[in-house]
Amino acid sequence: MNNMKTRKAKLDIKSGRVNLTHGAGGRAMNDLIEVIFKDAFDNDFLAQGNDQSAFDVGDGRMVMSTDGYVITPLFFPGGDIGSLAVHGTVNDVALSGAKPLYLSAGFIIEEGFPLADLKRIVDSMGAASRAAGVPIITGDTKVVNKGMADGVFITTAGVGVVPKGLELSGDKARVGDKIIVSGTLGDHGVAVMSKRENLSFEVEIESDSAALHTLIADMVAGHGAALRCMRDPTRGGLAATLNELAEQSNVGMCIREADVPLKPQVVAACELLGLDPLNVANEGKLIAIVAPEAADDLVALMRAHPLGRDAAVIGDVVADERNFVRMKTAFGGERMVDWLSGEQLPRIC
Amino acid sequence: MCLAIPARIKERLGDDMAKVDLDGVLKDISIALTPDVVEGDYVIVHVGYALSVIDPQEAQKTLALFDEMQAAGALAAVTP
Amino acid sequence: MKYVDEFRNGQLGAKIAASIRAEADPKRHYSFMEFCGGHTHAISRYGIADMLPDNVHMIHGPGCPVCVLPVGRIDQAIELAARENVTLCTYGDLMRVPASKRRSLLQAKADGSDIRMVYSTLDALKIAEQEPERRVVFFAIGFETTTPPTALAIKVAAKKKLKNFSVFCNHVLTPAAIQNILESPDVRELGTVQLDGFVGPAHVSTVIGTQPYEYFAEEFHSPVVVAGFEPLDMIQAILMLVRQVNAGTNVVENEFSRAVKRHGNEHAKRDVADVFELRKTFEWRGLGEVPYSALRIKDSYAQFDAERLFSMAYVPTPDNPACDCGAILRGVKKPTDCKLFGTACTPDTPMGSCMVSSEGSCAAHWTYGRFRDEDKADKNKARA
Repeated sequence: MNNMKTRKAKLDIKSGRVNLTHGAGGRAMNDLIEVIFKDAFDNDFLAQGNDQSAFDVGDGRMVMSTDGYVITPLFFPGGDIGSLAVHGTVNDVALSGAKPLYLSAGFIIEEGFPLADLKRIVDSMGAASRAAGVPIITGDTKVVNKGMADGVFITTAGVGVVPKGLELSGDKARVGDKIIVSGTLGDHGVAVMSKRENLSFEVEIESDSAALHTLIADMVAGHGAALRCMRDPTRGGLAATLNELAEQSNVGMCIREADVPLKPQVVAACELLGLDPLNVANEGKLIAIVAPEAADDLVALMRAHPLGRDAAVIGDVVADERNFVRMKTAFGGERMVDWLSGEQLPRIC
Repeated sequence: MCLAIPARIKERLGDDMAKVDLDGVLKDISIALTPDVVEGDYVIVHVGYALSVIDPQEAQKTLALFDEMQAAGALAAVTP
Repeated sequence: MKYVDEFRNGQLGAKIAASIRAEADPKRHYSFMEFCGGHTHAISRYGIADMLPDNVHMIHGPGCPVCVLPVGRIDQAIELAARENVTLCTYGDLMRVPASKRRSLLQAKADGSDIRMVYSTLDALKIAEQEPERRVVFFAIGFETTTPPTALAIKVAAKKKLKNFSVFCNHVLTPAAIQNILESPDVRELGTVQLDGFVGPAHVSTVIGTQPYEYFAEEFHSPVVVAGFEPLDMIQAILMLVRQVNAGTNVVENEFSRAVKRHGNEHAKRDVADVFELRKTFEWRGLGEVPYSALRIKDSYAQFDAERLFSMAYVPTPDNPACDCGAILRGVKKPTDCKLFGTACTPDTPMGSCMVSSEGSCAAHWTYGRFRDEDKADKNKARA
């Protein structure tokens, strides 16, 4: 590694704060990167110390995705903005059927942000990246004036390779296809909300934030040909994702409330706040539209994976030129599952 | 109107407050409007306040009413 | 969830629906109004309309406090929040309601006003205590269910001698609204609206009891069944109303007996009477001026009355002339009868009160039920 006489970088992690010099490109910024980022993301690419990293591309088509993470609060039960950023982008790449290979990470940090929190986030990001086997091979740091960022914003990009012949897409759902979800819905949104001020409820729900690429790899290996498309129901929840897919594919959908997996505490928290779990965000779940003959096998395969234990078939793709998503309620009647304008707010009525 | 949900009184706290449990979701609410509740009672919670106590016998009667066969049976059992 | 799940049992629901189909006289039509917005929401959310026979239908009443709050009152709240040092606390329901000039509380918050969404008056009180330099105003809305929490907040503020807490009071009363509907020409004289009975509100009744409805049952020969919120409660209440109509009776029945007693919650009623008094009249969006239908803070608690403290003046603001909310709230028209429904007026761009809250009949129909309109249109096309 370093064979020159290097000045040992010093940062007061315990009580220090980020200031504008940390983003100015000089020694202070170098110190920041050395102490906080380098070890956490440690890999051969970053060790080279360049502004970019070169890598070989194998056979197949390349996939690339990018995302910005601006979540508040930064730390929540089951995760933080760092691990969320890794999981989110790994998933976006993997949902195309691709094997995620590398990530980039850009940080925009607010002046005055505690170094201890920054270290916590970066360490968490590093751990998530290692656990997923997808290294962060290039990055950037900027510091902005106080008030210009909510603590820290993270932008990531991810690249991967999708095997030849696998072309999943949101416009490929066909009448008769089955709709599968990989597990319980609403966990992330409820976990985050429980940390928001003025809602103050205690619940043992953790965010489901997770990297789904190994689950997806199993699904592709088992029944790649039967997969039409996969998407993760993040903002807007299941409702938004199903409506998006219905429009893209110009079909309708019918799901069954009784088959949608939900944790009892999530149901209870949503009842308390007047929210519909179908509109609540998830960060470690996927929806798959699949050919009907493979549906049951796929569910069995998914249930064998730790992130798919509660996988279930929840409905069917039907013909509908109005692209409505309908649901048979557990009580017996029928209703629409519409997407919401804007974020759901807790209500009293 | 009124989004309100039945929750179990887990613990009386001081100051007219109590901790309620709704299937694992815990919340501190005011019991100023139902001051005589005890642990184990179920209350209807609306905007952070318990509005009324659920009467378990009436709840049973209502459920029986829904299932009139059952209700008829229960009536037969009660009538001498 | 106990006392919730058992009351959502689909098999029992199917049995009760079968009884309704068997007992409803095919030679007549039954029209019942569910007063409470929460019931409107429940009917849509569970698809209860699907389970009723064609000759039994529900009219959605004005029991949605967000829907009936006049635009002018929201304008006042926005104006108040812009004043120096004011922190406006509000329930989430009001954040996105459009006020005049395309503003809203959410927009005002983005523009820099200190507007905070709270779950409870307890949270607003906490803010007032923790931030003594802020003038905290709680934007109070709601029927009799939500009024006692506001009364208690004022009483606690008085006990703690808080100098920086006040309430902008917009509480309204259920019996007055029911009376307004029953006395309207459409119902009473013209008979344009056939109203065979009411499903009485669930949680309002836990506070006021079933006793206030006895007047309506008698005076207007209208059966009232107070029903709980769960779908079994609703469908059972409809069965009970059908039976009353068939028997020609008009009494108040209490289906929600597990939570409602005839005299309601005496503590709550006492606290409300201590803090509030009747306004001579109050404007309801869609219904116009309704006498003795709303509350204001008594002189003895004047220091907690935002309207007095901040010299707030009310400017009535008319709704879009093409908006049919008034007729819809009174049950004279259906959402699909309104020219604006689904075109200019959607939950994203609500023109009037029935669309602003998820409980309003237009919003509920749009969000949960509009696929049925198109289904009917298709059926008609097929028949033609």
